[in-house]
Amino acid sequence: MPDLLIELFSEEIPARMQARAREDLKKLVTDGLVEAGLTYASAGAFSTPRRLTLTIEGLTAHSPTTREERKGPRTDAPDAALQGFLRSTGLTKEQLEARDDKKGQVWFAVIQKPGRPASEIVAEVLEATIRNFPWPKSMRWGAGSLRWVRPLHSIICLLSDESGAAVVPLEIEGIAAGNSTRGHRFMAPDAFAVSGFDDYAAKLRRAKVMLDPAEREAAIRQEAANLAFARGWEIMPDDGLLTEVAGLVEWPVPLMGAIEDRFLTLPPEVLQTSMKEHQKFFSARNPRTGRIEGFVTVANIETPDHGETILKGNQRVLAARLSDAAFFWENDLREARAGMGDWAEGLAHVTFQSKLGSQADRVQRIAALAREIAPLVGADPDQAEDAARIAKLDLRSAMVGEFPELQGSMGRYYALEAGKPAEVADAARDHYSPLGPSDAVPTAPVSVAVALADKLDTLTGFWAIDEKPTGSKDPFALRRAALGVIRLVLVNGVRASLLKLFAPYIWLLRAPAQFGETINPVVDLLDRAKKADVNSVTIDQLVAEWSSRVEDGSSKLTQIQEDSHKAATDLLAFFHDRLKVYLRDHGIRHDIIDAVLAMPGNDDLVLLVNRATALNDVLKTEDGTNLLQGLKRAGNILAQAEEKDGVEYSFGADPKFAETDEERALFAALDKAEPAIREAVRLEDFQAATQGIASLRAPIDAFFEAVQINTDNQITRRNRLNLLSRIREAGRLIADFGRIEG
Amino acid sequence: MTSPKDNQTAKPVCFQDVILRLQSYWAEQGCAVLQPYDMEVGAGTFHPATTLRSLGARPWAAAYVQPSRRPTDGRYGENPNRLQHYYQYQVIIKPSPPNLQELYLGSLKAIGLDPMVHDVRFVEDDWESPTLGAWGLGWEVWCDGMEVSQFTYFQQVGGHDCKPVSGELTYGLERLAMYVLGVEHVMDMPFNRPESPIPLSYGDVFRQAEREYSRWNFDQADTDTLLQHFKDAEAECDRILSAPETDAAGRTIPMAHPAYDQAIKASHLFNLLDARGVISVTERQAYIGRVRALAKRCADLFVTTSAATGEPLPAFPAGA
Repeated sequence: MPDLLIELFSEEIPARMQARAREDLKKLVTDGLVEAGLTYASAGAFSTPRRLTLTIEGLTAHSPTTREERKGPRTDAPDAALQGFLRSTGLTKEQLEARDDKKGQVWFAVIQKPGRPASEIVAEVLEATIRNFPWPKSMRWGAGSLRWVRPLHSIICLLSDESGAAVVPLEIEGIAAGNSTRGHRFMAPDAFAVSGFDDYAAKLRRAKVMLDPAEREAAIRQEAANLAFARGWEIMPDDGLLTEVAGLVEWPVPLMGAIEDRFLTLPPEVLQTSMKEHQKFFSARNPRTGRIEGFVTVANIETPDHGETILKGNQRVLAARLSDAAFFWENDLREARAGMGDWAEGLAHVTFQSKLGSQADRVQRIAALAREIAPLVGADPDQAEDAARIAKLDLRSAMVGEFPELQGSMGRYYALEAGKPAEVADAARDHYSPLGPSDAVPTAPVSVAVALADKLDTLTGFWAIDEKPTGSKDPFALRRAALGVIRLVLVNGVRASLLKLFAPYIWLLRAPAQFGETINPVVDLLDRAKKADVNSVTIDQLVAEWSSRVEDGSSKLTQIQEDSHKAATDLLAFFHDRLKVYLRDHGIRHDIIDAVLAMPGNDDLVLLVNRATALNDVLKTEDGTNLLQGLKRAGNILAQAEEKDGVEYSFGADPKFAETDEERALFAALDKAEPAIREAVRLEDFQAATQGIASLRAPIDAFFEAVQINTDNQITRRNRLNLLSRIREAGRLIADFGRIEG
Repeated sequence: MTSPKDNQTAKPVCFQDVILRLQSYWAEQGCAVLQPYDMEVGAGTFHPATTLRSLGARPWAAAYVQPSRRPTDGRYGENPNRLQHYYQYQVIIKPSPPNLQELYLGSLKAIGLDPMVHDVRFVEDDWESPTLGAWGLGWEVWCDGMEVSQFTYFQQVGGHDCKPVSGELTYGLERLAMYVLGVEHVMDMPFNRPESPIPLSYGDVFRQAEREYSRWNFDQADTDTLLQHFKDAEAECDRILSAPETDAAGRTIPMAHPAYDQAIKASHLFNLLDARGVISVTERQAYIGRVRALAKRCADLFVTTSAATGEPLPAFPAGA
């Protein structure tokens, strides 16, 4: 069984593309070989910055011979039919066989396809792979038309077995496959021949090339840790950076250096980000001081001076970079101490979205919302407003201009420097959170208020101007914002009616423009909140007042009000969709969510989720599933009777018309359970409420067992139907059970 | 005194040493050593020797220094690395030779950066010029963690596929020389040999001008005038391109180069307006689009001419 070695040797392949390229090479080649009838035992793909390598072991030497029989026309058919058959089979008349068939004599073609040698198949498959390789971006070079990620220089394509190795004959755009490659660009640039994968990997290692990216990663990790350990430091782990750096070197040589003292006062986030983004350095932390004090750079070469020149050069570049950072930091701190007025003014010149105004306009709105939300989350409204006003100021700082990913982190430092209390500064850092589904959720009240306000402003804003996400298009990450709100609300148990927050807010965004008003109602609200008692003016009141001031066009006003309400309802539906996804991930069935969404108060997410969780729990028990059957049966019988009789049975069941013990027992059970369920629902103790309804299981079962609802006695029938309606009503206190499956 | 032989092997000692060595290195590799283009441009790529000559099938190899202006980068001569006027060294070869990377590494050696002692790396960096309608793939070249050059295989220029592909090398001369010479602040870098009778530093040559231009770029350039100049350049470019290719004497002379000058002018005026802070984010795209439209039309015309196709220039009619 021969082995196959393929190497595609090129100029430097971007690090970020290498992992995918390894997989693609393996898949395209092995799929192609298998499709052509070959089999193989195992395959492995490797990459360095200059080469993509594939080794396949235990390849079959030939594809199998195949034999195909095809039935043609009858021997007495017109000549045209026979000629067509000959064309399609590629045979001559003499090669056909005439056989007896049910309908008479028929021509048969027996087509033998001899097996093909592996080398022929490999050549075809590799050429197709190279020509159709799915690089994210590819290019042409020189005068040729071949596309590759960067110029392709040589190809190894070698089949080897016990008897020796043979180059697979193959030529693509002047590059003939061979058996030779080159080592490290500088340390071993000469070409050398190889006889198979083991020989190739061993010779590469002697030529200062570590072929396996996993080995390079491990070597970097190990050596960096050793270097750090020797100084009593530890490396800040960064897997993304490790993979990238391993894709930039063929022979990793980690070198460690210290950050000059004058830069150690820079915030750790700044040091780490600057070193990583600009220079692909790992950060080294001193556990005794808690500061980042050193770095590891990974060179691609062993030098006679053991990397001294390289390290010195890197240190120089780092010093220049950190000088810039220190310059930004000091200027920013000066502006922070001066109260950040220039930054606030600067936000007025940054457009957030053409219809939603500048970042400064947005900050005003977030401040108003944060104020409104503050009492709901136990935050001080003044602090919440203050935090909202300063939270975005760092966007104008030089540091965030240089490193956008430091937004928020810098905001906290600058807020502290401006003399803001810790709660306010923390909110500046945390108000973007949570970003991803696993990102931590803020819990400090002021942070929660601003984080909610930030996201709700974005959502209401885009709903107000009717720019909602469609399909996979969500350029403003509105789905992420809604999920963020859901997590903030649930983790912190924030009780709020979302509709009441949305509707007036959307109104405020829509109405003034419709009337050509120049007053910014949000600013107006904030001004008056300042003058009056903390929360004497709410957004709701403002809407009412503002509406009463508009003299003309009251019908227009009604229209705006209706539109705003519609948009708010639509936004709530968007939240419900996100919530369904969220709860499904937490093991709550979608039909249970539907049953709960149909209940009043469904814009209070905490209430909604409590209900759904209790229901989900009870339906997992045997009592629960049986009860569900009982409730459904009662509902179905009622629905049928109501449709037939054209009335709704909802009132007037009387125990004096009860004829059986089971009926009387159900009356008694309901008398006991109803007030208990009602009280539990009022107290929002949905566990107690679901237990209350579960207690009805036995009497309901017994009732259905013993009693025929539809009797000839109309009084008894009506009484029983009315009794069923009491069951239905008891269920409806908790959820719309009709929507639950099973 | 150092002998000429020492000059070849010893490290460069001043800014102009670095430039002279690059000039002679690329001359040895067969490039036509051109002079800077006599217009204000943002980068060496704008020189018609690159932009226009990368179009069409006619082989080409040129190297030159190009003074480059980036008004927004002005720092009044105070910043150690940033300048509103600086020099790029540009090499352009069509078709890109298969050993272009080796040729490039040879140029580093020529200026005293021995890749056996330094850490030279090719790090992905794709190049795009929205104003020229151009893009290419390549790398930024790192030496000991510092970006010393841009290395690009042109794929498209002025909206035209580059066939064959040109290889372009761009060196930021000040930064590169500072690294080679071990200088911390650009203004402290020796411009000529320090032992010269009149030694001059980079600051001696440029510091005052940096200050003056920084002030003019940021505060003084008259925006109404600049806007008018922009419109004029755009209109003139359009007029040149719309003129009949045959003159009154019956000679066929398309005017790609003069039209392209106007596109360069418009591009620089846009940069000045940008530095004056009078172009909003949304307007920016529109301005860039207008310059690109000019550059594309110039390219459309240039590809039909002899300089691009390699065909002989059309003969003038007898008696013209």
